[in-house]
Amino acid sequence: MYRRSGVCIKPVQESRPGSWGGRNAPCTDDRSLSGFIIPVKAVSDVEYEPPYLYPDYRSTELRAPRHEPVRLPDEWFHNAPGPIFGRIPVRPEDADLTRQHRGEPLGERIIITGRVLDSDGQPVRNTLVEVWQANAAGRYLDPVDHHDAPLDPNFTGAGRCLTDDAGFYRFVTVKPGAYPWRNHLNAWRPAHVHFSLFGPSLASRLITQMYFPGDPLIPLDPMMSSISDPRGRELLIARLDLDTTVPEWALGYRWDIVLRGRRATPAEA
Amino acid sequence: MRAPTPSQTVGPFFGFALPFEHDADAVEKVAYGTAGESRQAMRVEGQVLDGAGNPVDDALVEAFQNDQFARCRTDGEGAFHFTLRKPVVSDGAPRFNITVFSRGLLRHLHTRMYFPDEESANRADRVLQLVDESRRHTLIARGNGDIVHFDIRLQGEGETVFFAF
Repeated sequence: MYRRSGVCIKPVQESRPGSWGGRNAPCTDDRSLSGFIIPVKAVSDVEYEPPYLYPDYRSTELRAPRHEPVRLPDEWFHNAPGPIFGRIPVRPEDADLTRQHRGEPLGERIIITGRVLDSDGQPVRNTLVEVWQANAAGRYLDPVDHHDAPLDPNFTGAGRCLTDDAGFYRFVTVKPGAYPWRNHLNAWRPAHVHFSLFGPSLASRLITQMYFPGDPLIPLDPMMSSISDPRGRELLIARLDLDTTVPEWALGYRWDIVLRGRRATPAEA
Repeated sequence: MRAPTPSQTVGPFFGFALPFEHDADAVEKVAYGTAGESRQAMRVEGQVLDGAGNPVDDALVEAFQNDQFARCRTDGEGAFHFTLRKPVVSDGAPRFNITVFSRGLLRHLHTRMYFPDEESANRADRVLQLVDESRRHTLIARGNGDIVHFDIRLQGEGETVFFAF
């Protein structure tokens, strides 16, 4: 399994200044590392990760590292456990973002659900899923958001839950609004919900964003465009799901999440 | 095999959502500095800096090892802090795994914080040995005793070593 795109082993001395390639950058050298032969085991055949430096997203310019990362052999880490997140409080009511205040928030009530899976398609059980988002007017409760749109006294926009035995999470919320940002003239973020997940290992930690199908702002969004392969961008777009939809009450969206890594010891390639 | 869901930036607006009470303290603060305790708690202080040397005031820094986990949003000076206990590890030198998220990072960064008073263990650590000697110091906290300093430079002079795996 030498053609995987992401975690190729390169001599660490080769830390030339420049931008880090995406995980889909070509790998050329699988062999030598300080004189050791490093067996390369696939974490995943294909990854669609964005690069660190993506000038269309201006904030990357001073924050993307210039050195190549030091690549650590998989077999040292595929079983390295991830953080114990048990200290983070999770209450049952945290999964319903429309019930956290005295009244109901304004906006289109929606349900977002899906399964959290590992690279083998196995469910990731009992893992923490955290979400946060703007309200229906496109405004975050966060004090650093200065967008001229109203706050909703009945909406915080933050939720948490643990996945069940089949790996499912489920949130009730309102559809977030688009909002402007100052990346370039007339820059607007498509509606999105932020997701944070831990998963079982060091490699499975993920923070990402979920988008809504058919949003005309998606093709204009540098954060989305930073993922060069359209198949990767598709992975961030939920689908409208009538099975999740509750008649006469709320539209449902289905969005599955795949975390890097595998539960068991990697099979021989 | 399934392709992992790609990463996207944490953005600037997570501060109202992700922090929780005592989230920067992996162990109780009351223990810290208590003499005679073999694994006493210590305070880790640091700053996240960008390629121009300016503080990154909207980063999320997480530290974990074994049963300890803490996270902290940087403040207006780019400063973060943790209350931790030096971990006992079975492989290599004691250290914390550190992850960094922020606006402008489309993916998070992995690094490690090693301890300044573990010179022989650090010398023998096989991950540190993979790192060019001239950059190894970026992974080792400074100071000693109850308070150590660990800065994270995202880019430029003294850039912190980050890992991929």
